[in-house]
Amino acid sequence: MADKILKEIIDRYPRERRYALAVMQDMQRHYSYIPREGLELLAGHVGCKVAELYSMATFYKALSLKPRGKHIIKLCNGTACHIRGSVNLINGINRELGIAPGETTEDGEFTLELVNCLGSCALAPVMVVDETYYGKMTLEKLPSILGEYRKEAK
Amino acid sequence: MTRTVLVCCGTGCLANGSKAIADKFEALIAEKKADARTECFVKRTGCNGFCENGPLVKIMPDDIIYYKVKLSDVEEIIDTTLIGGKPVERLLYKDDKGRPVTKQEENPFYAPQLKTALRNIGFIDPLKVEDYLAAGGYEGLKKALTMTQDEIIEEVKQSGLRGRGGAGFPTWRKWQTAREQNAEVKYVGCNGDEGDPGAFMDRSVLEGDPHTVLEGLAIAALAVGAEEGFLYIRDEYALAVKNVTAAIKDAEAHGFLGDNVMGSGRKIKFSVVRGGGAFVCGEETALIASVEGKVGEPKPRPPFPAIKGAFGAPTTINNVETLANLPVILRDGGKKFASVGTEGSKGTKVFALVGKVKRTGLVEIPMGVTLRHLIYDIGGGIQGDRPFKAVQTGGPSGGCIPENMLDLPVDFDTLKAKGAMMGSGGMIVMDDRSCMVEVARYYIEFLAEESCGKCTPCREGLRQMLGILTDICEGRGKKGDIELLESIGEMMQDACLCALGKTAANPVLTTIKYFRDEYEAHISGHRCPAGVCTALTSFKVEADKCKGCTMCAKACPVGAVSGEVKKPHKIDPAKCIACGSCREACRFGAIATEGRKGK
Ligand SMILES: Cc1cc2nc3c(=O)[nH]c(=O)nc-3n(C[C@H](O)[C@H](O)[C@H](O)COP(=O)(O)O)c2cc1C
Ligand code: SF4
Ligand code: SF4
Ligand code: FES
Ligand code: FES
Repeated sequence: MADKILKEIIDRYPRERRYALAVMQDMQRHYSYIPREGLELLAGHVGCKVAELYSMATFYKALSLKPRGKHIIKLCNGTACHIRGSVNLINGINRELGIAPGETTEDGEFTLELVNCLGSCALAPVMVVDETYYGKMTLEKLPSILGEYRKEAK
Repeated sequence: MTRTVLVCCGTGCLANGSKAIADKFEALIAEKKADARTECFVKRTGCNGFCENGPLVKIMPDDIIYYKVKLSDVEEIIDTTLIGGKPVERLLYKDDKGRPVTKQEENPFYAPQLKTALRNIGFIDPLKVEDYLAAGGYEGLKKALTMTQDEIIEEVKQSGLRGRGGAGFPTWRKWQTAREQNAEVKYVGCNGDEGDPGAFMDRSVLEGDPHTVLEGLAIAALAVGAEEGFLYIRDEYALAVKNVTAAIKDAEAHGFLGDNVMGSGRKIKFSVVRGGGAFVCGEETALIASVEGKVGEPKPRPPFPAIKGAFGAPTTINNVETLANLPVILRDGGKKFASVGTEGSKGTKVFALVGKVKRTGLVEIPMGVTLRHLIYDIGGGIQGDRPFKAVQTGGPSGGCIPENMLDLPVDFDTLKAKGAMMGSGGMIVMDDRSCMVEVARYYIEFLAEESCGKCTPCREGLRQMLGILTDICEGRGKKGDIELLESIGEMMQDACLCALGKTAANPVLTTIKYFRDEYEAHISGHRCPAGVCTALTSFKVEADKCKGCTMCAKACPVGAVSGEVKKPHKIDPAKCIACGSCREACRFGAIATEGRKGK
């Protein structure tokens, strides 16, 4: 099953090394991480070593080799958000969910990611859960927003 | 008559629900058609730069602009403005004296701006090539097709255009080098990586006016003699990738790109390469490595990319904003472009004015305008009328500029002479509640993560600086730390391979230069004057200023504030985590800070 989807993603691109990053980005988008089989199939497709793709996957920040949570919390720590208090929000999320940036909750519900400027600095500090933007975030708003996603999970 | 409703659908306004607003306008206008004597169209535009007050809705030709529009306002706008021809007063912007303003040019945020790179954004639908054409689009390319390579380069030389990606390298000179190469294949590239963690100028152009970037890149292709080009856009910029990809298709369908450009027999093909989100990939040699499908690490120069770049072929890389200026230069002439700006820096520059200013957003102003004008007139001054402390320009490679330098003109050369730089356009304003040591730590942490690690001075220098700065912020600073930071910084300026490492110490060196006392307060005074570093700050309520409004108690995430309504409140130091939320919430300035607990 997974193999079929992976094949389909890989076959969108010609068998050239220069498309490796694009393929990995597509896998990332579909699975929200890059499965091991994906790297192996891709290495066969473009004719390079798995290790080379592995080093690309660790170099580019947007790519992840670990499965992630059902809800992705992207907290902007770009400069504008930083000086308007994003660090407090990192700590707040840690208090609420017990996860630090890059980590996933034990129940697999949430992953916290720190990102750089989301292009909405005017609304700083900004948090995005899945696709929904929350601007001018405060610690006060945090519990109820996260609560909504928790409720959904039940 | 016809009226157009321009609904801002840039990232900021979309985040505030502008898509639903545009949909509702379309649906209701169709429904109400019978009562309107005018014909109305809805247009979805790119970012108007004033996202903080979004969603924005403009009505043309009345030239009325509404801010913070809600779904529930749509019907009233249709009835009052589209049908009735009158403005809805409560949705207008209030200027500094509280007067409502109707027109965009009357808004103090927009009034001093002069738009070249952003000229079309907010007026055209980025997905419609007809809109771009109606605004004079592809005229520059048309003209370039009638010129020789040298004539194009000469025109750009006359304009004085320098690269907007940060370094300010003269565009014509880079092109000249690539043009002189005798090679079968050459490439032109657009740098849309925008790695500065606090900026979004290029994104706004790519999203809001993709054809102008394509036209600029096509002009570059003609000048250097390339038939192929790529636009490197970071993958996180999903809307930018989508709009540029669609624009390429459209431009090919209309013959502005493809095998026979505007019937000239010339071939120009572009493709989009999605970047992997690494800051160093914005450096042109790393960008090229990334385009080739490799790990994006910089290479030593020479050879310069204009001689040996992508896949070994001569390659010129230009920034998005640089390219967006080119159609205007070719269309209206280099001389006209050069009539704006200063001696060494011609034209306008786009800035992302953010941080602790009242009006934040994207602004485009002539080169040479002072920082003070930018921050106080356009930005409206500091939030809450607090004292200004510094402005950080140039992103992680830039520096912090103190108050006594606010009257300096903003251009490529002036700020550089002061140890800072204009950079690609990030402009972050800080007040007395921003800690300069912590800001330096923030940038160094960012760079330590983003350094590709290829050269030791960069990798190790950043690691060491980060350790020292973290110690200072967490209350473990030692005598001699400042001098050590300075010597590491100077070593890196000399020894690193690429500009990431060479400029990485700028935020540290400039904050030490202009705010040394703040470093010293952390190290020997055991206090963070801004009240930011939690280990060196304790919060208390000043009883005589406290009105007992309870705002602080509501804002505290850990229940450390107690008190009765209308009576002075109290902070329990054992519970307080020094987050500062109460201080932000208090409207009477009753929350004060001191140094480390027990000092
Ligand atoms: C670490 C680093 C990051 C850079 N990031 C960018 C970037 O995000 N966008 C950009 O246009 N230029 C960036 N540059 C500058 C490019 O190397 C290059 O000078 C620029 O794209 C040339 O275009 P221009 O002459 O039109 O400015 C970066 C440079 C360095 C050293
Ligand atoms: S200076 Fe830093 S980022 Fe640049 S090549 Fe060296 S290690 Fe990599
Ligand atoms: S600083 Fe934060 S934790 Fe301390 S009293 Fe104020 S709001 Fe509460
Ligand atoms: S810094 Fe957070 S959106 Fe720009
Ligand atoms: S997105 Fe609408 S003003 Fe920026």
